[in-house]
Amino acid sequence: MRETMPIHTWQVLRDRIVQFLIYASVLLISAVFIWILADLVRGGFAHLSWEFLTESPRDAGRAGGIASILVSTLLILLVAVLTAVPIAWTTAILLAEFVAVDSAFGKAVRFSLHVLAGVPSIVFGLFGNAFFSVYLGLGFSILSGGLTLACMLLPILASTAEAGLRTVPNAYRMSASALGLTRTAALVHLILPAAAPVLAAGLLLGIGRALAETAALLFTSGYVDRMPDSLLDSGRALALHIFDLSMNVPGGDMPAYASALVLVSLLLCINILAMKFAHGLQRRKIMT
Amino acid sequence: MNSSQCTDKLDTFTLGPLEAGPACCDPQPAIQVRNLSLLYDGKAALDKVTLDIYQGCITALIGPSGCGKTSFLSAINRLTDLIPGCNVTGKILVHDQDIHHPDTHAQTLRRQVGMVFQKPTPFPLSIRRNLSLPLNEHGITQKTEVASITEHVLRDVGLWDEVHDRLDASALSLSGGQQQRLCIARALALKPQILLMDEPCSALDPLASGIVEDLICRLRGRYTIVIVTHNLAQARRIANYAAFFWVSGRAGQLIEFGRCQHIFESPSHELTAAYINGVRG
Amino acid sequence: MILSERNTLFRLILIDKLLIGILRAGAMLAALVMLLILFFLVDESWPVLSKLSIVRFIDDASWHPLEGAYNLMPMLSGTVLTSVGALLLTIPLSLASALFIVFYAPIHLATLYKRLIELLSGIPSVVFGFWGLTTLVPLINQWNPPGASLLAAILVLTMMILPTVTLTAYTALAAVPEELLRNAAALGLSRWGMIKGVALPAAKTGIAAGIILAAARALGETMAVLMVAGNVVQYPETLFDPVRTLAANIALETAYAMGDHRAVLFVSGLLLMLLVMVLSGMAGLLEKQRHA
Repeated sequence: MRETMPIHTWQVLRDRIVQFLIYASVLLISAVFIWILADLVRGGFAHLSWEFLTESPRDAGRAGGIASILVSTLLILLVAVLTAVPIAWTTAILLAEFVAVDSAFGKAVRFSLHVLAGVPSIVFGLFGNAFFSVYLGLGFSILSGGLTLACMLLPILASTAEAGLRTVPNAYRMSASALGLTRTAALVHLILPAAAPVLAAGLLLGIGRALAETAALLFTSGYVDRMPDSLLDSGRALALHIFDLSMNVPGGDMPAYASALVLVSLLLCINILAMKFAHGLQRRKIMT
Repeated sequence: MNSSQCTDKLDTFTLGPLEAGPACCDPQPAIQVRNLSLLYDGKAALDKVTLDIYQGCITALIGPSGCGKTSFLSAINRLTDLIPGCNVTGKILVHDQDIHHPDTHAQTLRRQVGMVFQKPTPFPLSIRRNLSLPLNEHGITQKTEVASITEHVLRDVGLWDEVHDRLDASALSLSGGQQQRLCIARALALKPQILLMDEPCSALDPLASGIVEDLICRLRGRYTIVIVTHNLAQARRIANYAAFFWVSGRAGQLIEFGRCQHIFESPSHELTAAYINGVRG
Repeated sequence: MILSERNTLFRLILIDKLLIGILRAGAMLAALVMLLILFFLVDESWPVLSKLSIVRFIDDASWHPLEGAYNLMPMLSGTVLTSVGALLLTIPLSLASALFIVFYAPIHLATLYKRLIELLSGIPSVVFGFWGLTTLVPLINQWNPPGASLLAAILVLTMMILPTVTLTAYTALAAVPEELLRNAAALGLSRWGMIKGVALPAAKTGIAAGIILAAARALGETMAVLMVAGNVVQYPETLFDPVRTLAANIALETAYAMGDHRAVLFVSGLLLMLLVMVLSGMAGLLEKQRHA
């Protein structure tokens, strides 16, 4: 016992050092995070007002508000979500419920989605510009921006939905089948309701991603900050507005702070809601 | 072993009345299994089982874990179709009809052959919806008819008195034993001729297990019941026939089949004797 | 008897068939998007790929696309340098964070900190870029001008990929079986001994996969880097020199690029995508290994 003492003290010392380093890192990260948030809140609150949300930008965004930009953002989101959700969820249902895990078709689809998930957003922007704006002739418009984002959302929506469907206990499928229910009936009445919270969480995550996206919209939805008249009009998204104000507009910092605060608050709400939903499934709420 | 023991016990329980069915143990085959083999990903799980299951009787499948009893059960209502990589060969006739015939549709087969699983598997819906969902799906949509079937089967399983005033409560709020009886009721609602039960009592506490066991006894005669059980005493109490499975090599095999009394008191195979007496398995 | 009620049955089978048809169509469409992207990238790059030899992208005197000089190497080096720098900073910080959550923090603090990291991962890159531009760049400028530099890009990228690595490392560490750790403790290992000897080795493939994914993200990140890196096309000599990355270059020039210039930008997009695909393929292989 006594001979091991030096080793023991060294161990205690080493454990202390490691613990110190870990706590220091955590403190540093938390401090930076709070610094960012505090900066945003401090800079943003001064400029944030009801008028800021309800007026359209003037003087390249230095004055006025972000109303037209919020509308454009919403429209882009709507196009993206309405396009991506049907495709992504049907894919997820097929992969989770109807195709064997090792089937060639399933593997091909899953692989393609996996690759798609890794594609950098600037590359989506290039593709959207080449395909939607130029090849399909949609130009710089809310429609081409939204469709580009839809491509980005596909893998997120599909993989969260597939994961959600797979958390539904197999016993439901077996008993439904043993009762002679068709797969459609089992899907509609049992599996989809049981997976609904996860589907909702995935949807929210996707919306969050789309809301945060800038690079893919640079040359698809364009820069125009007017109130859009139709989906074929160019419309500036909120994230792009922040970029433009801070990079291209001298004296645009204050509205940029306020816009960033709006964007981050929106994202925080969406993410917290998504977490709530994802958590809800674990408690397996009962639907009657 | 005979059925009188079950009828004796009936008086001591407070389950609802059940019309008497035809005398059980009428040796008329309801299910004929011929040379049934089952492979999972090319590995045999069940090897050439040939067996007749008699109408109106309770047949217990006994044997150690992993000897293919559950696989055998799932093959009868083609639940094996749902298991990826599962390959079934051989012939199964249910009431003289080949279940693998291209004209036989799995949905209809499964309506004739009900199944109850080891863990109670009520759907996360209300009690009423648990029963009405499969009925609606099979074309019974008239409200009064659904309601009368609901009451009837809930009485059959002795659940009516316990739940009739909260049919719209979630089925998940029931106790384990109640959930299992609800699952049996759900299977009965489709009026199957055959009921497959995969260790229906093993996930329940002794009291609930006793109630379910009693229920099974009272279903004898009206339904052909095939039950997998690890509880030898239970098999002995309730079954008319017993089939003993054993693993040889990797694959499960049917070692012996016969009247319960015969299997338990004078087995012809030494493995059966050893298993029954607790020497092996 | 089994064959009875053909009518309802027929309807049901039809619905099932219809459903599967719809699902298949959706899945095909989803899989098609990937092919479409590849096709259009190659198609737009083709004028240059077929005409110029690849050597030109490495060997040209400089990046002056309007004069037909297409050297991508300074930008590629900018991309690699910012990503590697960010990874070097991120890995120790993230591991520390993950270990903190799994082994060091009391339960409520761990949950709180994990929430914080999750929220951090939800902050959009343009906000990081904006914050870097208004706060970080002036600070670096005071220390060593011009401020907009490789260092600023590395710091901002670090903050962006830190949550990814932390959360994957956390998942991998949390998945280490409890019995292993209890056994290690029973053998009298100290906390760090247990972490270094048992937990980290058991979780290493998961952690590595997370790092590779983060690397892919760093390579492709555009906005934040674009806003703080200074965007001068050059090989940086110190941490304080401005750099331009491939992604930033695409974002800066695509809007006005024509002809060969546009095609070269698509070539760089293709290059970026191939790099990212290789990395995510590696991460996928690691994951597969872990589950095997």
